[in-house]
Amino acid sequence: MLELKGLHLKEGDFELRADLSLRASGRYAVIGPSGAGKSTLLDAIAGFRPLLSGTVSWNGQAFTDLTPAERPLAMLFQDNNLFPHLTVDRNLALALRPDGGRIGAEGREKIVQALADVGLAGMGGRKPAQLSGGQQSRAALARVVLQERPVMLLDEPFSALGPALKVEMLDLLAKVADRLQALVLIVTHDPNDARRFAPETVLVSDGIAHAPQPTGPLLDNPPPALAQYLGGA
Amino acid sequence: MARRAFAVIAGALVALLTFGPVVAVSLRAGGVGGFAPGDWGAIRFTLTQAVISAGLSVLFAIPVARALARRRFVGRGALVALLGAPFILPVIVAVLGLIAVFGNNGIFNGLLRALGLPSMTIYGLHGVIIAHVFFNLPLATRMLLQGWLAIPSERFRLSAGLGLRPWAAFKVLEWPMLLRVAPGAFAVIFVICLSSFAVALTLGGGPKATTVELAIYQAMRFDFDLARAASLSLVQLVLAVVAGVAALALARGDGFGSGLDRVVTRFDTGRIGLALDSLWIMLAALFLLTPLALVAWNGLAGLPMLSASVWQSAGHSMSVALGSTLLCILWALPLATRRGELIGLLGIALSPLVLGTGLFLILRPYINPLSVALPVTAVINALVSLPFALRILRPEAEAIRQDHARLSAALGLTPWAWVRFVYLPRLRRPLGFAAGLTAALSMGDLGVIALFADPDRAPLPLHVYQLMGRYQMEAAQGAALLLLMLSLGLFWLFDRGGRVNA
Repeated sequence: MLELKGLHLKEGDFELRADLSLRASGRYAVIGPSGAGKSTLLDAIAGFRPLLSGTVSWNGQAFTDLTPAERPLAMLFQDNNLFPHLTVDRNLALALRPDGGRIGAEGREKIVQALADVGLAGMGGRKPAQLSGGQQSRAALARVVLQERPVMLLDEPFSALGPALKVEMLDLLAKVADRLQALVLIVTHDPNDARRFAPETVLVSDGIAHAPQPTGPLLDNPPPALAQYLGGA
Repeated sequence: MARRAFAVIAGALVALLTFGPVVAVSLRAGGVGGFAPGDWGAIRFTLTQAVISAGLSVLFAIPVARALARRRFVGRGALVALLGAPFILPVIVAVLGLIAVFGNNGIFNGLLRALGLPSMTIYGLHGVIIAHVFFNLPLATRMLLQGWLAIPSERFRLSAGLGLRPWAAFKVLEWPMLLRVAPGAFAVIFVICLSSFAVALTLGGGPKATTVELAIYQAMRFDFDLARAASLSLVQLVLAVVAGVAALALARGDGFGSGLDRVVTRFDTGRIGLALDSLWIMLAALFLLTPLALVAWNGLAGLPMLSASVWQSAGHSMSVALGSTLLCILWALPLATRRGELIGLLGIALSPLVLGTGLFLILRPYINPLSVALPVTAVINALVSLPFALRILRPEAEAIRQDHARLSAALGLTPWAWVRFVYLPRLRRPLGFAAGLTAALSMGDLGVIALFADPDRAPLPLHVYQLMGRYQMEAAQGAALLLLMLSLGLFWLFDRGGRVNA
């Protein structure tokens, strides 16, 4: 279980508070108006932003003092998920060996498997620029798969993809998460993504990340701040 | 936080190596009373030649830059690129070329004699100024060209639409830009000319044409008057720091930038304007290219007769150049940050001669400074090149950190893996360029080495100078051509290395 207790961060005028817990291997969307702090919430959990107070813990173990890499989570960013000058294989090898050391036969086997999982079998020798946008997202997902963390944080990772491709990637994400039994927290600005992928949704608005609520009812009957953001939807 | 530790160590070393010599010089200085009568003259000459050199460079750069900004012609790109070349051109090579043009038996005097006019001499104030303009006209032109290209083309369109006469358009559009850019260009060139040593050494000298830097050298080498050398170093230091701060305040663009291959489309140039533009471009190209062509031409004859000692000198120069390149890059990698760039500027504020004098004073109680001439030269050359290297590396280094820091943190890359797999590979292009510049600068350096020179281990530029001193002009020209090829070759190799497969 991922628990945020008394979480409080502040940057200039911006403030965000969170008190909530998320089930292991659950799937959650994070939704809310622009600038409400959706990305900030993920950054705080991942350790990219200092907290004013509060703790973040996994199965009762607080990891607030750990570096991003030491936390039990893997994160997909909006961009820069792969080093552009390294081949996909090399990128994935760094996920297995962050010290840059050689990976053995077992590691190579894992990389081949991860690439096959995301539908990129045989493309490990290419550099990111030689892949299409969708393939780059798949390669980034393979990286997260290899990290094998119990929590996956995704910050609008597929927002640059077209609608059909995005649906495909969300299904792939669901498949991968199921296999790893991972908790997934995905930021999205598209209510359809949330409905499709996440049974429950964390609403971020008015400086608060609210406890998760069932996605359907929340979107059917949105509170005023969310209703305004969603517009006619 | 290992990254931080390296930056602190590198920064501390730079500070130590710059402030140490300054302290040594200050302690040893004999006060104003220590000056020889000629030293006041040296100060006056230094300021005079710097004002005239900077003034003429900027003055001539105005029509040349204007012509380049609005003319499209075959070879324009090559000419603009050539304007960057004097930066890595060994001073001694340029001086030999200028002597071939303006010297007693040069083309120019031949022309004057043919016309029945009195001949001119390249030695003294004239020569120093000609050489400084040769080196700095290109820099001034690049800075002004940047200013011209920064004027939005819509403005020119508007002025054409209003039907402004050329003179009115100049006053409205170009004059304000010149007022903004020219003082900075003047100040930067003034600072460069202020600490001119090699030019003064080769073309100046004598009581009427000695710069402060040259006086330091003479006090050290000929009179072995360390107190006087130290006093003069302090004078030089004050001059350079005052002028440097002024230049920093005045200077905007740095003439280093790219994107100069654009041409401003103008609507206000008539036939006379076209002729004048062509004339200026031709004159500038002639002035810059003739000396180089003559060095190459005259050197070819000398190349086959190069003595073993010339090759040995070339070897020394190569090892100094490669050593200082390695050192400069090792320094620059951790210092490629905003704060680091400020620390790196220390190296440019101090002239190599002042640094050399200070290091000489520090080392003398322990060892014979002449025995470490080459390592000391390598260190000082690295220090002097550091600001340029940082200027080149910092933007890219910051972009790399910005783009990839989060992913690296998410993966938990070790500092070593970060440097090996992310920082260095991403930085390759600017790294190659910076290394090329450093290597070429160091290869052609004739500054601090003259101070420490050990006749048996003279690097190539000093060797050329010694050959000139013995009037062995053929040999000097051959060695100069070798020096030119090695400098440009090193630059090309490093720069190319950064581009291939990048």
